[in-house]
Amino acid sequence: MGLTARPDSALSRVEYDPQSQDGWVTTRLDFLVNWGRANSLWPMPFGTACCAIEFMATAAADFDLARFGMERMSFSPRQADVLICAGRVPFKLAPIIRRIWQQMAQPKWSIAMGACASTGNMFDTYAVVQGIDTIIPVDVYVPGCPPRPEGLLYGIQMLQKKVMNERMSDRTIREEMEPDPTTQLYIPPPAIDEISEPFGNSINQTRSTP
Amino acid sequence: MATKTRTIEVELSTSGLDASGKPQRVPIVTNDGGTAIALEEPLAIEPDLDGEHMLLNLGPQHPATHGVLRLVLELDGETVVRCIPHIGYLHCGFEKTGEYRQYNQIIPWTDREDYLNAPGNNVAFALGAERLFGIDITERCTVLRVIACELSRMMSHLVWLGTTSIDIGAYTPFLWAFHQRELIYQLLESWTGARLTTSVTRVGGMMADIPDGWTGNLRKFLDGFIKVLDDVDVLLTRNAIWVGRTVGLGVMTPEEAVNYGLSGCMLRASGVSYDVRKDFPYLDYETYDFEVPVGVNGDVYDRYLVRMEEMRQSNRILYQALDRLPDGPINVDDARVILPTKKDATSGMESMIHHFKQVMEGPRPPVGEAYVAVESPRGEKGYYMVSDGSAKPVRWRIRPPSFVNLSAIPKMVEGHLLSDVIAINASIDVVLGEIDR
Amino acid sequence: MTDQPESFDIVSVGRALVDAAPPVTPRNVLHRGGDANPSADALKQQFGDAIIRSAVGWGETTVFVARAHVGEIIRWLHDDPAQQYDYLVDVTAVEYREAENPIEVVWHLRSLPYRRFLRIKTELKKGSPLEVDSVWGVYHGADWLERECYDMFGITFTGHPDLRRILMWEQYKEGYPLRKDFPLRGRFSRSEQLRQALAANPESRYSMEELTVAEAFTEIPDDMRRRLASGERTGE
Repeated sequence: MGLTARPDSALSRVEYDPQSQDGWVTTRLDFLVNWGRANSLWPMPFGTACCAIEFMATAAADFDLARFGMERMSFSPRQADVLICAGRVPFKLAPIIRRIWQQMAQPKWSIAMGACASTGNMFDTYAVVQGIDTIIPVDVYVPGCPPRPEGLLYGIQMLQKKVMNERMSDRTIREEMEPDPTTQLYIPPPAIDEISEPFGNSINQTRSTP
Repeated sequence: MATKTRTIEVELSTSGLDASGKPQRVPIVTNDGGTAIALEEPLAIEPDLDGEHMLLNLGPQHPATHGVLRLVLELDGETVVRCIPHIGYLHCGFEKTGEYRQYNQIIPWTDREDYLNAPGNNVAFALGAERLFGIDITERCTVLRVIACELSRMMSHLVWLGTTSIDIGAYTPFLWAFHQRELIYQLLESWTGARLTTSVTRVGGMMADIPDGWTGNLRKFLDGFIKVLDDVDVLLTRNAIWVGRTVGLGVMTPEEAVNYGLSGCMLRASGVSYDVRKDFPYLDYETYDFEVPVGVNGDVYDRYLVRMEEMRQSNRILYQALDRLPDGPINVDDARVILPTKKDATSGMESMIHHFKQVMEGPRPPVGEAYVAVESPRGEKGYYMVSDGSAKPVRWRIRPPSFVNLSAIPKMVEGHLLSDVIAINASIDVVLGEIDR
Repeated sequence: MTDQPESFDIVSVGRALVDAAPPVTPRNVLHRGGDANPSADALKQQFGDAIIRSAVGWGETTVFVARAHVGEIIRWLHDDPAQQYDYLVDVTAVEYREAENPIEVVWHLRSLPYRRFLRIKTELKKGSPLEVDSVWGVYHGADWLERECYDMFGITFTGHPDLRRILMWEQYKEGYPLRKDFPLRGRFSRSEQLRQALAANPESRYSMEELTVAEAFTEIPDDMRRRLASGERTGE
């Protein structure tokens, strides 16, 4: 069997019993399940803008997403494990991404690819959500505008690491985050206003006349 | 427009060899009206049994809509009776923000608006702003901009080729096209520092000159590129599946195409040879020797042929541009728009003040307005700018070619089968970033 | 390439009717003045007082026309054999920073046979209803361009078959984004904007037009049809 952990891995150690028959292996269930999940993350590419092009470049031959067990794009959210939000998300799209996230079955993770999905980027305008973390929980943020494929691959590896560290006994990580039924927001409005605030020089950018 | 009977050699999946051992030729007859009759007679539409139509929602998150387009289709069985497109799912307020930014600050926005054609948009915007300032750019800058435009045309058509072939069921061209894109990315990255969002121009010049040895690398790429196009040609052009799924679909007659305001490959596939580079030239395009491919039938297959040929013509233009690339400055000698060199700005007081004012206040064009159009991969891309004499435009309007092209999709898909909607939509080459802005 | 099908013609010349000098890249374009588009004079002759003024700036001719005559003027430009403005490039509007300036509606027209470019403008005074003729009957390409102009500026194009918001959603409450009195970040706070956006059920985004599909509409109960007609959101 090809199931071996790296010898230096602190997470787990696969032990062979020399007395047993061939083909038996002992491992921790956590390790086995996480190993399976981390290496076959089926992505749901929620590609909207420029980042989707870089996502396609990542999936193409040169960067080859198949190395991470991710070549099976799952365009149906019901069979997907990780939502990759590649591109900017305007308010008109906000209920769509929320709906897609709710349709995904647990366990599920999400990657905010690019500056727009992470923070709204330069699109500090009337139409753009200032980071998808105000709509859905995000596991990994990949900076860049757009991120290079290497950046996305690094983000995916970080997500795999995160998956490998999950414990089945911890019920809280698989709990669905329910939005407030009246406002449909899952974090309080003042917090949304606070994280959507511009910072640095950009507060001077809303003046039309010099 | 004269119509001919055209015969396409189709490689059949069964042994379709005739007596002489050549591939069987399947005639595609075009009648006098110019509409192609598909390989097989289209299925007769079943009589409407009890008038039950179905509403099918396609998108906004659907892999074949190339972004976040939403089509609501009313179906009678599998036939599309009505198609209602919904857009705006990627509306980010580009035009509004343009009123709050200086001219050079808008250039990064043009990257992200039609993200498949970033260098071309940079050039288009810079040309528009230079018209407002009354600047004529230098010789070397002109040629460098032609190189940027044509490279981005190739890049854009490659994405179109890859995604469309996936939509229609061929995966290999996607991998080949994206490998070619990676090669272009490497060239652009060594020139501009970015793969996709290049911001390569500035008002009055370029962000940077090309690095040493760049032209040699570009030549090497161009030599290999044409071979890849030939390979794709072998895979697709006479492939029975490809032909069967594209011929006779989404036909637009020349009159309709002009009336609907189509441009670019969509218009030329219908037989109207309108190309901004030829009819309203910019960047000295009239001095280059290239041809504008024009289709006959205005269907999806002709759009494919036109785009493939455009890539070959871009290749030709790039060779010519490399041959004529002159030495000299890339920026105009105009203190209104061009920053002093770093050395001057850090050593001389005058230059430092100039640099400071230039960056903080921005160059101010005189009162006026200009509409400058370029031929983007999707058609006539125009920037309309109105200046009131301040450093920020009063209005920055983008004339989005694929917005207008997409508005004809109800006309094109109605009466076709549901699976053909995907092929027709792909043939428009939509970029939602540009459509919704 | 020998691989190309026989019917695939490569055409290298434009579609121009006239054997004028081949077009060249414009150089040393003048800020004011220069050669005017001959259509400006023809318009003045044909329509007289309906043409308010014309100007040439940066090599482009702008003709200001009276609001009431926009429809017939553009139709004439399209139909007249000596003009043949068969291609509508763009319909948009401009609002100036000075509040007293009127809003301008701009049509960019091209004559492909004559290789001409013409800009038609009309001024809409603020305070009066922002209404202008639709050119959809002349150019079908104007459909979405006019809808976008309506969405962004609130200008009504009379005669347009289906004038509703196109980029913003139909229940968008904040106004017309490209008007100068609209702040860049919108009128509401971010949390309020997000709340309003999320409150919309994605399934409710069917227009009335779509819900009239065939006979399905007749099966909707009467009260629901009334609610739909009164603008209530559907699907909830």
